[in-house]
Amino acid sequence: MSTTTVDLHQDPHGHGGEHDPHHQHHFTTMEQQFDTSKIGMWLFLVTEVLTFGGLFAGFGLMQNKYPQEFVAAHEELKRWAGSTNTVVLLISSFTAVMAVLSARTNQGKKCAKYLWITVGFGAIFMCIKAYEYSADFAEGLFPGKFYSHHGDLIAGSHGYATFFSFYFMMTGLHGLHVLIGMGLMSWLAIRASRGEFSDKYYTPVDLVALFWHLVDMIWIYLFPLYYLIT
Amino acid sequence: MEHTLTSGNVTADRPRPAKNYLNETTGLWSWMSTVDHKRIGIMYLGAVSFAFLLGGIFALLVRLSLLNPQHTLFGKQWVTAEMYNRFFTLHGAIMVFLFIIPSIPASLANFVLPMMLGAKDVAFPRLNLTSFYLWVAGAALAIGSMVLGAVDTGWTFYTPYSTTTDGAVGLMTLAVFILGFSSIFTGLNFIATTHKLRAPGMGWFDMPLFVWGIYATGVIQILATPVLAITMVLLLIERVFQIGIFDSRIGGDPVLFQHFFWFYSHPAVYIMILPGMAIISEIIPTFSRKTIFGYRAIAYSSVSLALLSFIVWGHHLFVAGESDLANVIFSALTFLVAIPSGVKMFNWLTTMYKGNISFETPMLYAMAFLFLFAIGGLTGIFFATLAVDIHLTDTYFVVAHFHYVMMGGTVIAFLGGLHYWWPKMTGRMYSEKWGRVACALVFIGFNMTFGSQFIMGGQGMPRRYFNYLDQFQPIHAFSTYGSWVLGSGLFLTAIYLLASLKTGPLAPDSPWGGTTMEWESSSPPVVHNFEEQPVFEHEPYDYRHRTVTHV
Repeated sequence: MSTTTVDLHQDPHGHGGEHDPHHQHHFTTMEQQFDTSKIGMWLFLVTEVLTFGGLFAGFGLMQNKYPQEFVAAHEELKRWAGSTNTVVLLISSFTAVMAVLSARTNQGKKCAKYLWITVGFGAIFMCIKAYEYSADFAEGLFPGKFYSHHGDLIAGSHGYATFFSFYFMMTGLHGLHVLIGMGLMSWLAIRASRGEFSDKYYTPVDLVALFWHLVDMIWIYLFPLYYLIT
Repeated sequence: MEHTLTSGNVTADRPRPAKNYLNETTGLWSWMSTVDHKRIGIMYLGAVSFAFLLGGIFALLVRLSLLNPQHTLFGKQWVTAEMYNRFFTLHGAIMVFLFIIPSIPASLANFVLPMMLGAKDVAFPRLNLTSFYLWVAGAALAIGSMVLGAVDTGWTFYTPYSTTTDGAVGLMTLAVFILGFSSIFTGLNFIATTHKLRAPGMGWFDMPLFVWGIYATGVIQILATPVLAITMVLLLIERVFQIGIFDSRIGGDPVLFQHFFWFYSHPAVYIMILPGMAIISEIIPTFSRKTIFGYRAIAYSSVSLALLSFIVWGHHLFVAGESDLANVIFSALTFLVAIPSGVKMFNWLTTMYKGNISFETPMLYAMAFLFLFAIGGLTGIFFATLAVDIHLTDTYFVVAHFHYVMMGGTVIAFLGGLHYWWPKMTGRMYSEKWGRVACALVFIGFNMTFGSQFIMGGQGMPRRYFNYLDQFQPIHAFSTYGSWVLGSGLFLTAIYLLASLKTGPLAPDSPWGGTTMEWESSSPPVVHNFEEQPVFEHEPYDYRHRTVTHV
């Protein structure tokens, strides 16, 4: 290989401190650093899909085992709450995109604003979910052995209890992801209003938005799975 | 500066730098907070060695329990069936989750993979450190479960026993969950590093085969481990809420647990063996002074093993009530695994053909690997064959088989790699004489311990049983004696390696004449690995004209 390429790959610390403070020493360029971070995030999202995938597989097998019970049990869910939440999350994905766009066009304040709006939509989602859960609990719709919805419990059948076990596991794990996403977005919003992001460096905003889209997408699958069974 | 290699001994071609990664900063905190992949690799090496010692002690206790059918020592019974169940569970769980899975990737590969690519560090140094501390947390929980009443389910945590037994199953599954994330982060880091941090001019087929092996391992770690994590969560929730997924008394399906578990744990077998194969692909060309035969075939075989590993899990369920159709399909798919494994074996052997071979300790371990892995791999075909599987399953034959692959394969390769890179990692040479003696003890002891178990298993001795018929007593005793020889070989290894840190002669930069990039650094390397960014100039394993480009 020619030796002319060597110059490009010298330690950035050797340039006398003129480089971006976010530039880590083991990357040659900021582009390389950004691409690497993005690969890392995508790989992490793959593990998320597989984690939920295990639960989806379990749900599918159990639905196959208790088809009537699952259809009957899903009538107990509040469909209006699920539908509203779907719309809320879809809009929040749009605001997340706008946050990335603002960051990479050097509009720090606007980026912070969109991030806070996204956090707000996340909060609305969680409030509706919390209302839904408490209404479920009030009716005795608990997971597993705690299930005590009067009238529906067929002797010898665990279909209802199993349905609600999976419902709480999957929406609970999803809710946890929404909370984590809200936390990350708030942290980024503070950094954005300090003007830390620019077209040179907006990696965290980009990656957290990717994460948020995945969380949104998982809900897009969860919603018909639980609320629209026929 | 240019020289042609004629023997394995190359003198250091430049003075050793005064500052290296070991002495640039000092103090405990400089290690605990480090993001240097080399230091994290060394910390992981210490950690997994500790786990290996712990798991090894339990292995010796298992063998000692089975010395005679009365379980006596000096005329007194010293072990109960419950203790024995805990011994083999802790041996298995510690060895699998705390030792073998992180062993080669997190310790040796962490150290050498970025250097082989000419990189300054892994892609995500802080994530690398996070992975280490997750390992520590997982290990603490696993050891905590031992103190708080142990676990007696076997390392596979099969339901329904694991959902009904007392004991600290919850804590142990939580440990496995956390260790899973430690493993995911390691694999994720190596994949991103391989994609983006290769030296200028280095393409995919210019990388050392070690990197190919570790990359394939990373793919499995990313795709399979999350399923184990969620399986452990389901097991925990089943124990707490009784949701009726695995427990048949409340409508669950215990075989479903086995499907979930082996969907991870069969690929995990390749998380264990692929890094071992990766090391062998480095050692054999170096000590044969010959270009590797069939570079692309070996690279592709690593990837195809990774892919095949996902579609053969059903062979663990041949006698668990799987349908005949599924059994036939899984049997046929399992036979396919022999192809890439065979490709590797024959390419290694062909590399050695007409090579200028020398038998230093790493090469001795590589030879031991070829011998033992051939036995381990070929006996695997017995289990792919449905009719034979039914006879041999859950006997000592399967115990012997997977120990020939896991210990005879992975651990032997790990020891080979440890000796191979020891001079680079520590800057010191170990005692070659004691290295060869220990390798011989390990090889003889291993074959005594597990070779005998093939015979026992073929005769019908079931695995995991505490009691056994008197007719098996001589073979059981022989196996136990073998475990002492094996243990003394490993103990000896620990002694002379640690002694070399103080008394070993200073190592040259490339003591074996290796041609891959990690040997172009000083021994031990400087903090950012190379004084100058290395540039890709010759294929790996090119022994015809090796050029070194230092100023």
